Amino acid sequence: MAREEKRKDVVIVGLGWTGAMLGIELADEGLEVLALERGPDRDTVPDFQYPDVADELKYGVRYGFMQKPKNSTVTMRHNTGETALPYRHLGSFLPGDGVGGAGVHWNGHNWRAMAEEFRLRSYVEEEFGADIIPDDMTIQDWGVTYDELEPHFDRFEYMAGISGQAGNINGEIIPGGNPFEAPRSRDYPMPPLAQTLDGRMFRDAADAMGLHPFPRPAANASEAYVNEYGMQLGPCNYCGFCERFGCLNYSKSSPQTCILDALKRRTNFSYRTHCEVLKVEKAADGKTATGVTYWDEKAGEEVFQPADLVILAAYQLHNVHLMLLSELGEPYNPQTGEGVTGKNYAYQMNGGTALFFEDVDFNPFVGAGSNGYCIDDYAINQIDFAAEGFIGGSYISAGQFNGQPIRSMRLPGDVPKWGAGWKEGIKKWYGHSMSIGSHGSNMAYRDCYLDLDPTYKDQHGRPLMRMTFDWKDNDIRMTQFMRRKIEPIAQSMNPTSWASGYKDAGAKYDLRPYQTTHNVGGTIMGDDPKTSVLNRYLQCWDVHNVFAMGAGAFPQNIQYNPTGVVGALAYWAAEAIRKDYLPNPRPLV
Amino acid sequence: MYTFLRILTALVIIGVIALLAFIFWPVQRTAPQADLPADYQVPDGAGEYAMQLADCAACHTAEDGERFAGGRAIESPMGVIYSSNITPDPETGIGDVTLDQFRAALYDGIGKDGEHLYPAMPYDNYRKLTEPDVRALYAYFMDEVPPVRNAVSAAEMGFPFDQRWGIRAWKWVALGKAGFTPEFDDEQLDRGAYLVEGPGHCGACHSPRNAFFAQTGYTAADDRFLTGGEIGGWHAPDLRGPDSAPQKWAADQLAHWLRTGRNNHAGVSGEMQLVVGESLQYLSDDDVAAMVAYLRHIGRDGPAPTTPAARPETSGETEELLASADPDMDLGARLYLDNCNACHFVDGRGADEVFPDLDGNSLVNAPGATGLIDIILNGAELPSTEIRPMRLRMPGFADRLSDDEVATLATFLRSAWSNSTGPVEAGAVADLRNGSAQ
Repeated sequence: MAREEKRKDVVIVGLGWTGAMLGIELADEGLEVLALERGPDRDTVPDFQYPDVADELKYGVRYGFMQKPKNSTVTMRHNTGETALPYRHLGSFLPGDGVGGAGVHWNGHNWRAMAEEFRLRSYVEEEFGADIIPDDMTIQDWGVTYDELEPHFDRFEYMAGISGQAGNINGEIIPGGNPFEAPRSRDYPMPPLAQTLDGRMFRDAADAMGLHPFPRPAANASEAYVNEYGMQLGPCNYCGFCERFGCLNYSKSSPQTCILDALKRRTNFSYRTHCEVLKVEKAADGKTATGVTYWDEKAGEEVFQPADLVILAAYQLHNVHLMLLSELGEPYNPQTGEGVTGKNYAYQMNGGTALFFEDVDFNPFVGAGSNGYCIDDYAINQIDFAAEGFIGGSYISAGQFNGQPIRSMRLPGDVPKWGAGWKEGIKKWYGHSMSIGSHGSNMAYRDCYLDLDPTYKDQHGRPLMRMTFDWKDNDIRMTQFMRRKIEPIAQSMNPTSWASGYKDAGAKYDLRPYQTTHNVGGTIMGDDPKTSVLNRYLQCWDVHNVFAMGAGAFPQNIQYNPTGVVGALAYWAAEAIRKDYLPNPRPLV
Repeated sequence: MYTFLRILTALVIIGVIALLAFIFWPVQRTAPQADLPADYQVPDGAGEYAMQLADCAACHTAEDGERFAGGRAIESPMGVIYSSNITPDPETGIGDVTLDQFRAALYDGIGKDGEHLYPAMPYDNYRKLTEPDVRALYAYFMDEVPPVRNAVSAAEMGFPFDQRWGIRAWKWVALGKAGFTPEFDDEQLDRGAYLVEGPGHCGACHSPRNAFFAQTGYTAADDRFLTGGEIGGWHAPDLRGPDSAPQKWAADQLAHWLRTGRNNHAGVSGEMQLVVGESLQYLSDDDVAAMVAYLRHIGRDGPAPTTPAARPETSGETEELLASADPDMDLGARLYLDNCNACHFVDGRGADEVFPDLDGNSLVNAPGATGLIDIILNGAELPSTEIRPMRLRMPGFADRLSDDEVATLATFLRSAWSNSTGPVEAGAVADLRNGSAQ
């Protein structure tokens, strides 16, 4: 028999970016809000304090801020014919845990998606015809447009404190910015970061080829900043400990630097750590949720937390898992294409070219997570899909994030992998290389999805979630296209040598090497309850007092890092809840 | 001879009588400073605001204790005093204290039973409270604060300071006249003077104390008033000299500092952290403006300039040295690069409202280095305030730096950029680390 806690107006699952945002927005409506966080509490001091956090082995290699697979993981298979096996050692993607979530350990690349990406199927059909869409490709429109989200992108960028250079303000193209971006209503709140040599060399090479380089939009503060909640950022010192680390310098946008101390002042907000939500409980008629059941680690017991409104703000994988376990939405069936929950899981198609320069010293001791220049000349809205034979796009960038000796020892292919030759190679090449990367979209497919594993269970006895996923020809053609664009830029820079790494025909998804933690889909949003889990306000079609935040809502993956879109969607949903749902709780569509 | 003995006996008797009278003669309680109408009602909210102005919470709440239930240890050179429970609990708090008794505590330092209160309670400043503020405080503590049963430990004072009757003599020396007298013929300056001299009791820390441990001066008419004092071994900076914050900061920066504990120059530290957290942040816009106007007005050399003076020219030597990253540089500069530079930068100026400016910083350049050493060892935390909620923290470096290194680093800081204050000895660091400072 579970212990029952006092009823709250709102229970939020997970206290990362979206949990903190919804927490403060709903607390300011006067509601009693409770956030449940499965991991520990974390704050800049002491958890990220100088110099302790700058420990590559502890956090970069041994994943100090990530979830532990023994507590929480997925199983994985490439296709419906295989038996899935558990992801027992983190590799390809690194979900975080604890207060702040992945907002603690990201690099801070903060993008808006292109207007075309929010209505991708319509865009492709209108521009190139429905027949170029492969039969097994299940891309969809989002049910929300860029124009509707623009004020929320803007608010998120000003809340999080983003450093960048606008390229299109209300239709006016601004030199030095991204001319292909959708119009924004005003410039970034802070000027771009200072840039390292590799980025500047890439910028100059791209310029010389008639391309349009611009500084990467960075959630690393280029100067002191105060946001709408009175929260503060300090200027980045380019220490190079962003990705996988908490920021020691109050410079990286995170729930800690941007929201939490302000949120904690709200006396109608509270949070409990080491409390993992196991299930959303539904009323007898199945039309509303009554609250959540969670595992209270300290007490060692299950707890029922009644609430009028349930906000799922955990990581994408966990939100999907909870919805499957709680029977929110019909589980997706790849055979029939029917059902929605778990549908359209997608990832990110990345590749890159490494450049080695004997005579150039890149000084790897400076770096920032969002340092670098980018080009969007080969973005989704710039490519003739019919002519090129794929649907998708990528931004291309170069910028030194760090010089950490374990993870950032790039070596030419002819250097031995160990022994005296390896040491010699390290001595010769450390600080003498850079890379140009392609960060590309990944489409959704009929047989790439998430469901409950029939075999493996987690520590609470719940079935693990099973991921069925592999690379598809369309996306491999996309990344090969990017290779053909990047290599000439690299060659024009006259490196001593260079080497490319892009998925090639027949490539299988490999769970072992780190690729990106941009897992999306599974709780996708849309305008039809038959093809989406959430409506355009991130409200569960079937159970109207459940809203799910995060990249699970993406019907396929965008060509950018997801946080900017996740942030805009969260503010968009928060506004709908505040202004429309709370006065009259009901399905909003 | 016989006559002499008679005289001596008489003198002894007179002396004993005088001493007994001194000890036992009933205490005099100062009358109200204004006659309020019999049906006077404390306006809504005035009680809490008066409490905030007087910063009662800072001392009368123990760390992690119930609000106003007392028990916070207040250390002084004479011993340790524990703040009293001022919740309306009748047995352990002030539930059965009458208005006159309450006023006597504020004005005369006299407790309910006629006992003399130690001047850790700043009745020498609270004597200036207006009657409406006294009433507001009384109403607040009687009606708005929930009673908390919490018996507080007795003071641990060494002889002779444990003899409370001796405080009567101290009061003769230390207390000025009760009540506040406006002197500026300017409503804002007079309001500022009242806030600073009276409820704000700024002089309790910021004025030097004389041989009797009494504040030197209770108004700006006294040249020593607010020219720097000491609290818990930390230097409480001068507020009137040409290098003082009110003189060299712009008015808006001073105002921002008062309400957030941070501005483009400095971050609050030490006991002042509690003052911002519990008191100053709640000041109304008008009262902040009044306090700022007054503090800027009473400079030793006259009112502060409207536009702050330019930062003093420096040779740029420190910046150059640090930027050179020369491995052969002196240990102090190297320690700065390895421990401080990430936030405070080579120019020592940090960043607006986030990382304090170390160049010209009053804590770095204080006559005694206790505060500076303490912060290097133990770090610091800004209070959460309404408009700047972030508890920005500097980590402590006690685990990372030896006593010698802290002393060398502190010495470097006190001579870097335009700073020019004396060196710090490793012994002082060791004392503070071991808790045996003062």
